Amino acid sequence: MNVLESASLNSNAIYPLELEVNGERRWLWVRAAETLLHTLRDHLGLTGCKPGCENGDCGACTVILNGLPMKSCLMLAVEADGQRITTIEGLKHSPVQEQFVLKQAFQCGYCTSGFIMNGHGLLSAHPDADPETIRLWLESNICRCTSYEEIHGAIMAALAVNKEGGSATGSS
Amino acid sequence: MIPFDFEYYRPSSVKEAADAYQALQAQGKQPMYWSGGTEIITMARLNEDRPGAVVDLKAIPECNVIEFRENDLIIGGCVTLSAVTGSNFFPLLGRAAQGVADQTSRNKITLGGNLCGRIYYREAVLPLLVADSRLVIAGKGGVREAAIHEVFRGQIRLEPGEFLLQTVTDREFVSLPSVHVKKRQIGNVGYPLVTLVAVKKGSRIRAAFSGICGFPFRSASIEQVLNTPGLSAEERARQAAGRLPAPPLTNTEGTADYRLFLFKQTIKDAIHALEGR
Amino acid sequence: MTGTARYTGDTSKPGLLHAALAVSPHAHARMLSIDTSAARSVPGVRAVITGEDFPVLTGSPLEDRPPLALEKVRYFGEPVAVVVADAEYIAEMAALQVRVEYETLPLVQSPLEAYKPGAPLIHERLAEYKHYEEVYPEPGTNVASRNRIRKGNMEEGWSRSVHTIEVRVSMPQSDHAAMEPRCSTAELLPDGKAVIHSASQSPYIIRSQINRYFHIPLQQIIVHTPLVGGGFGGKAAVQLEFLAFLASRAVGGKAVKLVNSRERDMVSSPVHIGLESRVKLGCTADGKIAAAEITHWFDGGAYSDRGPIMSKAGASDCSGPYRIDNLQCDSLCMYTNHPYSTSFRGFGHPELTFAIERAMDVMAARLSMDPLEFRFLNAIGPGDTTPTQTLLDRSTVGNLPMCIAKLKDMIRWDEQPLIEAKGHFVKARGVCCMWKNSNTPADAGAGAVIIFNADGSVNLLCGAVEIGQGTRTSLTQMVAELLRMDVHKVSISTDVNTETEPQLWKTVASRSTFLVGNAIRAAAHDAIVQLKNTAARVLQLPSAELEIGGGRVYSMRDPGIGIEITKIALGYKLPEGGTIGSQVIGRGSYAMRDIKELDPMTGKGKPGPEWTVGAQMVEVELDTRDYSYRILQAATVIDAGKVINPVFARGQITGGMSMGLGLASREAFAFNDEAQVLNPQFRTYHMLRYGEQPAYFVDFVETPNAEAPFGLRGIGEHGIIGMPAALANALSAATGIALNRLPLTPERIWRTAHDTL
Repeated sequence: MNVLESASLNSNAIYPLELEVNGERRWLWVRAAETLLHTLRDHLGLTGCKPGCENGDCGACTVILNGLPMKSCLMLAVEADGQRITTIEGLKHSPVQEQFVLKQAFQCGYCTSGFIMNGHGLLSAHPDADPETIRLWLESNICRCTSYEEIHGAIMAALAVNKEGGSATGSS
Repeated sequence: MIPFDFEYYRPSSVKEAADAYQALQAQGKQPMYWSGGTEIITMARLNEDRPGAVVDLKAIPECNVIEFRENDLIIGGCVTLSAVTGSNFFPLLGRAAQGVADQTSRNKITLGGNLCGRIYYREAVLPLLVADSRLVIAGKGGVREAAIHEVFRGQIRLEPGEFLLQTVTDREFVSLPSVHVKKRQIGNVGYPLVTLVAVKKGSRIRAAFSGICGFPFRSASIEQVLNTPGLSAEERARQAAGRLPAPPLTNTEGTADYRLFLFKQTIKDAIHALEGR
Repeated sequence: MTGTARYTGDTSKPGLLHAALAVSPHAHARMLSIDTSAARSVPGVRAVITGEDFPVLTGSPLEDRPPLALEKVRYFGEPVAVVVADAEYIAEMAALQVRVEYETLPLVQSPLEAYKPGAPLIHERLAEYKHYEEVYPEPGTNVASRNRIRKGNMEEGWSRSVHTIEVRVSMPQSDHAAMEPRCSTAELLPDGKAVIHSASQSPYIIRSQINRYFHIPLQQIIVHTPLVGGGFGGKAAVQLEFLAFLASRAVGGKAVKLVNSRERDMVSSPVHIGLESRVKLGCTADGKIAAAEITHWFDGGAYSDRGPIMSKAGASDCSGPYRIDNLQCDSLCMYTNHPYSTSFRGFGHPELTFAIERAMDVMAARLSMDPLEFRFLNAIGPGDTTPTQTLLDRSTVGNLPMCIAKLKDMIRWDEQPLIEAKGHFVKARGVCCMWKNSNTPADAGAGAVIIFNADGSVNLLCGAVEIGQGTRTSLTQMVAELLRMDVHKVSISTDVNTETEPQLWKTVASRSTFLVGNAIRAAAHDAIVQLKNTAARVLQLPSAELEIGGGRVYSMRDPGIGIEITKIALGYKLPEGGTIGSQVIGRGSYAMRDIKELDPMTGKGKPGPEWTVGAQMVEVELDTRDYSYRILQAATVIDAGKVINPVFARGQITGGMSMGLGLASREAFAFNDEAQVLNPQFRTYHMLRYGEQPAYFVDFVETPNAEAPFGLRGIGEHGIIGMPAALANALSAATGIALNRLPLTPERIWRTAHDTL
């Protein structure tokens, strides 16, 4: 936003914001110091992204921002102004989601949406991801319940299904 | 959750940014420049950084450049580490950047943020140090260019109100034979115990380090040892360890002793890799 | 999966207030004064509470912990005040304004230091603390509890021993690190009800503790536990619930939410217990263990919580799954100025197993015996007695020799050398055996209700918390199997509500399926009797001749004769009017039987209904240049009694193994000289990440446990138990040095090698 334009609004450090979330346009006001994670959860009710560490270390809050996975705790909501966001609530029967269920790749489920969003981003960006790329992407998230064996299985299967099925990555 | 409020500005030109910073500074708001902002968020939530205002540089076109201009590789301060790696314009820088944090975080962490942050590893600077890169610095007086060695000594040393706009690297450096080694406490994500970046230019090895001391550095004295003919790799590593610019670091990742052990190990590995066995 | 699963922290409502903690920067200090005025003056703050507002000691079994520090603080991060405000960030902002003046006190940094005569006392008034359950504090010292095992004749044991070895081990405190930080909401309604939502493994304990300390009748306390984002024992403790309750009370009963930040969750809330231990083993010339003397000093931290019960477990299963007739053990829960500990997956067993299994490997080496062979030779079995002098039979102890044999086959033990060097890489394998008893209280129990609906479907009510182990799903499967109906017709809510669901002790100790399963068995039986009685009257057949299945009650003799359950689930309406029977509601409950408290001087007693036994292996590849290593393989064979759901069972075991490998290789709190935790973040507290997982091998032995539904044994915790020992044994083999201190970071191995040379 323009420096001079916002100067009159800034006494409370509250800013207007326009987001495209899961295909819908949303307008709201947020504190500048509020992270995207809290805006999504507290203002938009999208509680699928989870606070796990709020420090960028665990990946439970991962969403897709302009096509790339993003830890929503490492981003101010105001930084996302005008941008396109997909949360787990915006995925419908995506290959990664379906394979997570089929491969039983979750236990408590708390890290799951973050893993799925990251995996979904991986499928879109690297449909032919090699093992090294898969590791690099997925080591951004922590799961405490599973041994990662199941998650690995789900991601490999999703990559395979995605390639077979061609285009659809299931984003709404 | 960040336990205080700050104001947020997103100027779209260098001049606007510098002016905003100056105005906010004059108002006593202790502004901070914001690039990826990841470090400020993580420190602010622990009340360790307390800016009254932040000036986001991401809307400044020059900050987002990543391209060759004739013989120079120009990378804007707001280019993310994953974009640096993904471009593959400077593979060594790409590898050093890829050692920082994790892939998703690197979609937000920027080159400028890594170089200018308080977290003292700043590993992305290492390739720029060995490549004698130049830094383009913006401030209220406009834009200036300086040798990295003048401005970056352990940490970036800018005048108040200045920010890092771009890095400029001579094309000849991006494809030199190179080595990047990062040793962590354990696992594939985390701060370094030792990170080494080295290139071979002509017959000389240039090397820069992070993790071993509380700041990243390139040392003429160590490079002199590394390039002493006739010395075994073992001996060069031993002598290099005696020429550190500061005592080795101890923190939760590891102790000074073990860092020193790894430091010598990585130097030997680098020599072998660059000189052949 | 779709983002719709609701955890405690996902729910909000208009008017909800938020609380934040102010915590101590010191690990041991007298509180000289506390000034909350600056915090109170922050706009949006509704209340600030300090220890003086509720000077009551809590804890189970030993009441030693004030919910907010009183007079002094005993660990870094201890809560000293709670701020309630309109928004979370305001509460946090104000919490930073709580000013406490401290006078620091001498520190106790380890359980052995705590045990030294003249060590600074952490609880000066230990003698005055009330306690219930088994706990044996020693006032005037830092011993929160001591259990003893005295079995056989030590003198005879040592005299029969040709070989003796001694091993000292240590395992540091670490964290449960469930991905969901702890979170509680409390609201006090005008009609006197207290409503608590909590990410908890023990909603019914929350209810009884709120009842105990705030004198609200049990039926007026309603605890809701929705899906829990991982617990591993850490969410069995009651802590934030008290603070949320106090916070709500301070603002006239309005709903208040208290969420831990990761840093608070790791340090201010209870943690994984540490251990220092000394094991002496004596062995005959032919490899039979003749004597063992074991001392465990658990690092329980500043308050005891479940520490004394874990140290009791450390005593009762101290021998590992081996026949040791002459055995002495002292197991102590020590107070230190570390964060306080609570139950952790394995409940004392990963710790005690690390101690005994390192000793087993050292002894096997002394005997030049194959380490698995040595274990096989000494494996405990029917006719042997446990350290608690419980006589074992096949049902109670299962089949360890079979587990060992199966493990050997699975990992091709005999086809591969223990150690294999290739260039600067060394591949090596380490094994261990483990066992575990549940150490539940003698009166732990559960209830279940099965309600039939008009369409023949049923709703199951029970108190098991869904925490990722798939318990609630398993329980519906159990109902379906018992009632011989389609599992899709059995419904269970995801959340537990203490107002509507019958009590379960806690969702811990791999006990839920056992306790609730037994209750369900009774409830299903009760429902079947009701169905048959109604059907018998409608069909004019004796109920003993009736069978149930496929949505019908039918004649055993002529299955063609029968009636649809849909016609009798709510009672059978006669065509001419009138009804036979009424709605079918099966009820059942179960309580542990036959558990005997351990004698404090000898340990004689019975700690639980059955043991689960198993054998495990870890294979590593060590880079001898820098001591980094990869974990290539990890294997477990466990006697599960009966495997109900193979996919869940494998997932539980490998999940436990993964956690155990993390614990063994890297997880530890880093303390500075002031006993401050320097790594309360996942950035610096390292956990296993994707890509580091070894190849997992899991198999089961099925020796039924007579007392359990379907003969099953607990397996939820067990994958973790032997991993630290197996990894240490593998790396000790690879390096040729004794690695007895966890975690086994490359630096730790390097340092041990360095110091040994």
